[in-house]
Amino acid sequence: MSDEPIVQMTGITKDFTGVRALDGVDFTLRPGEIHAVMGENGAGKSTLIKVLTGVHTPDAGQIRLDGRPVRFNSPKAAQAGGISTVYQEVNLTENLSVAENLFAGREPRLGPFINFRAMRRRARALLEDIGIDLNVAAPLGSYSIAMQQLVAIARAVDIKAKVLILDEPTSSLDRDEVAVLLRVMRRLAENGTAMVFISHFLDQVYEISDRMTVLRNGTLVGEWESAALPESDLIGHMLGREAATLEQIERQAGEHKPDRGEPIVSAKGLGRKGSIAPYDLEVHAGEVVGLAGLLGSGRTETVRLIAGADRHDSGTLAFEGKSVGSHNPRTAALRGIAFCPENRKTEGLVGDLTVAENMILAMQASKGWARTVPPAQRSRLVAEFIEKLDIRPANPDLPVKNLSGGNQQKVLLARWMLIEPKLLILDEPTRGIDVGAKADIQRLVTELSGDGMAVLFVSAELDEVTRLSDRIAVLRDRELIATLETEADMTSEKIVDTIVAKGGDQ
Amino acid sequence: MSTDTLTERPARSTLFDGLSRYIPIGATVALLVVMYLVGTGNYRNFGEPQVVANLFVNNAALLIIAVGMTFVILSGGIDLSVGSVMAFSAMSCAWLTVEAGIPAETAVAMVLVLGTVSGAATGAVIHYFNVQPFIATLAGLFLYRGLTLQISDRDVAIRDNAFFDWGMERTEFGNVRDGGFSLPNIVFIAGAVVLIAFVVLHYTRFGRGVYAVGGSEQSALLMGLPVARTKVGVYAVSGFCAALGGVVAAFSTKSADPLGGLGLELDAIAAVVVGGALLTGGAGFVLGTVAGVMVMGMLSTIISFDGRFSSWWARIIVGILLLAFILLQRVLARSGEKRKT
Ligand SMILES: Nc1ncnc2c1ncn2[C@@H]1O[C@H](COP(=O)(O)OP(=O)(O)OP(=O)(O)O)[C@@H](O)[C@H]1O
Ligand SMILES: [Mg+2]
Repeated sequence: MSDEPIVQMTGITKDFTGVRALDGVDFTLRPGEIHAVMGENGAGKSTLIKVLTGVHTPDAGQIRLDGRPVRFNSPKAAQAGGISTVYQEVNLTENLSVAENLFAGREPRLGPFINFRAMRRRARALLEDIGIDLNVAAPLGSYSIAMQQLVAIARAVDIKAKVLILDEPTSSLDRDEVAVLLRVMRRLAENGTAMVFISHFLDQVYEISDRMTVLRNGTLVGEWESAALPESDLIGHMLGREAATLEQIERQAGEHKPDRGEPIVSAKGLGRKGSIAPYDLEVHAGEVVGLAGLLGSGRTETVRLIAGADRHDSGTLAFEGKSVGSHNPRTAALRGIAFCPENRKTEGLVGDLTVAENMILAMQASKGWARTVPPAQRSRLVAEFIEKLDIRPANPDLPVKNLSGGNQQKVLLARWMLIEPKLLILDEPTRGIDVGAKADIQRLVTELSGDGMAVLFVSAELDEVTRLSDRIAVLRDRELIATLETEADMTSEKIVDTIVAKGGDQ
Repeated sequence: MSTDTLTERPARSTLFDGLSRYIPIGATVALLVVMYLVGTGNYRNFGEPQVVANLFVNNAALLIIAVGMTFVILSGGIDLSVGSVMAFSAMSCAWLTVEAGIPAETAVAMVLVLGTVSGAATGAVIHYFNVQPFIATLAGLFLYRGLTLQISDRDVAIRDNAFFDWGMERTEFGNVRDGGFSLPNIVFIAGAVVLIAFVVLHYTRFGRGVYAVGGSEQSALLMGLPVARTKVGVYAVSGFCAALGGVVAAFSTKSADPLGGLGLELDAIAAVVVGGALLTGGAGFVLGTVAGVMVMGMLSTIISFDGRFSSWWARIIVGILLLAFILLQRVLARSGEKRKT
C-alpha cells in the first residue's frame, strides 16, 4: 500500500480575495488507500479538492498524478485524467432523470444519438449493484436529498476512475445509506481505487479510513495512520485546543432543566395522509424536544406540519393556547415560529448577498418591509451571532457563497435564531458542521431555551438528541410511537430499544 | 443483495411527473383547439385547411427563430439580437445578390455562416467574460440593426431571381378549391428546422447538455459536462436560426426591409414561454414552441377574420396569455415543491 503515490500535491497555496484558503499544503494519496482529510469548517478541505480537480487554479505548488506533473483546468479534464469527484455542493441537475444524471456526458450512443433504452438498463444495473432501487426514468428532483446524494456517488463510482474523491458525501445520509456507501467504498478499495474521504462524522472516518491528513486554517497539521491516532488527539489537531475543553462544553449542555408552564405549541391528532399518522405533541416555553427515528420514519414530516410548511388534514394545532386557523409558513412566522429546514443546500441562502444580509433576511421579513431594522441594532446582532456560532471568516460583509459549506450552514442557523422566535424548529441543525462548532451550536440551543425559547429539533444523531432534549419523541414508520422524558440515565440505546420494541409489537 | 436494497418511490408519482411536465404544453394545445373551434364556429371559411396552412406560411420565419430561441432559453439564457440579425441577414442576402451580383445560393450560404459565427462569438463573450446574456445580446440588437441600416435605409427588392422564386413555389395537397391546400417551400424549411431541433434536443449529448446547463450551470460544470461548448453552441444555433429566418423572410417578400423584424425577439420569447418553457431554463419542449407560435398566429387570424377589432388586440391578448402561462408555471413549480418533503 505504500508504493509510488498516485496523487502528490506539494506546497499548494490558494488565495481568495482577502483569504488565504490554503498555505503550502502537502497531500499524498497512495494506491488503494482510503485517505481522510480532516479539519474544522473553513479549514480548506474542499478548496484542496477543488484545486486538485481543476475547479480552482492554485497560486503556488505542484500536483503530480502517477508521478507526472499535471494541472487540470476543469472538472471535465480531471475526470478525463482519472479523478472522479463528488463535491460538497449539489452536483447533479434535478430537472433531468436519474438515468441521465448518472450518465450525463457519457451516455451510451447509437451513432450520434443517445440510446435511452441502454442507458436506463445500465442505470438500473448500476444502482442495483450498489443496493438502491429507484425509478431511473423519474426526474432526480422527485427524490429525497439523501437519494440524490447516493445517485451522485453512484455516478462518481461508475466513472471507474483511479481516484475517487468524496467531499462530505454522508452529510445528508442516514445510517442505512451510510452503510451502503461504506460497503461500496470497501469494495472499490479492494479493487485498487484510491479514495479521498471528507466527513465530520468521526466514527465513519475511523471506520473506513487508512490514513488521515489534518488541516487547520489552511495549513497542514500532519498526516497519520488512522489506527495510530486516538480520537482525542485528532480533535486536538483539528481544533488546535485540547479535546478536554470540548467534553466539558458538552456536559454543561445536558444539565439544563426547564420548569414547564403553558405549552407554546400543542398538536392534537395532527396528521397528514400518506406522510405522518395523527400525533399529539406539546412543546413548552424553555423546553427542548428532540425527534428521533430512522430515515423515513416521519421526523421531518412531523415538524413540517407544525411549521406550516405542509398542510395538515386532520387534528388541531394550538399556539399559546389559541387554536390556529389558517396555517402556512407566513402566518407561522407571524406567530413567532421559525423553521430552519433540512435541505439547506438548495433552500434559503442567497449566495451573492453578504453574510450579514443573509442573516437578517428573516428578521426583516417578519417585521414587514416598511419597518427596517435600525443599522446599529442589525450590526450588533450580526456580530453577536457570528461570534456565538464562530462563523469564519468573521466578516459580515463577505458574500455568503465564499464561505465554506459548514459556515454557510451556521449563517442559516443564525438567521432563524436571531429573530428570537417563541418556537424554534431545527431540522438536522448540525449536519456538515465540525465537532467544535457542533458543541457551540448545542450550547447555543441550550442557552436560547434557558431564555425561554421553545425548541423542537430533528437529528439523526441519537447522542445529540439525548444530550440536548428535555423530552424525546420517538418515531417509527411515519408514526409517533412514544414520548420519553430525559432523565439523567437517558442513553441512545434506550431510544433504539423503544424503536425496536414497538416494531416487535405489531 | 435484495435484503438490504434501499428503495424509494419518487415523491411525486411517475404518472404525475409524466403529466406535470406536459401540463403547460397541454394547456397550449388545448388553447389552440379552443381557438380553432371559436374560429370555425363564428366565421365563414375559417374551417378551410388553407387557413391553418397559412398559419405556417405567415409565421415560417418566426417559427425558425423561436426554435433557436428555445435552445437559448432552455440553457437558461436569452437572445435579444435575433430580430436585428434576421433583418441584417435578409438585407445582406438582397444586397449581395442585387448590388454585388453574387449568386443567390452563395449569398445565402455566406449569410448563414455569418449568423452562426456571430452567434458563437456572442456565446463566447457571455461564457468567458461572464457577461449577462441580456446585455451581450442587447448589444447585438443595436449592432446588427445599425449595420443593416448602414447597408441600405430603404427596401431592397429582389426581382427575377430563380433561387429566391423557389422559396415561395407551392406544393399542392389536394385541390385547393375543394378541401385541399398548398404549402410553399419555406414551410418545409421551417418544418425541417423543427424536426432537426427536436432530435438534437432530445437525442444527442449536446441537447441533453443544454437541459443540464439550464437546470444548474454550476452542477453541470462540476459533473464534468462541456459547459463552455454548450453555451457557445446554443447561441450559435440561435444565430443560425435568426439568419435563416432572415433568408426565409427575404424568400417570402422577395425583398429586404431594413426595419424588418423589429421587436421580433420579443415575439419569439413569448412563443417559447407560451409553449411551456421555463424562462429560468432547464424545462420546455421545441414542439411546445411550435404550439406557441401557432397560438400567436391563430390569434391574429381570428382578429383579421372578425374585422371588428384592431390588430393591436392580438398584442394585448398575447400579453395576457404570457402572464397566465407564467402564473401556471409558478403554481406547478410550487405544487411540485410541496409534494416533495
Ligand atoms: N470561492 C471562494 N471565494 C472566496 N473564499 C472562499 C471561496 N471558497 C472558499 N473560500 C474560503 O476558503 C476557506 C476554506 O474553505 P473550504 O470550503 O475549503 O473549507 P472546508 O474545510 O471545506 O470547510 P467545511 O467543513 O465547512 O466544508 C474558507 O475561509 C472560505 O471562506
Ligand atoms: Mg467543505
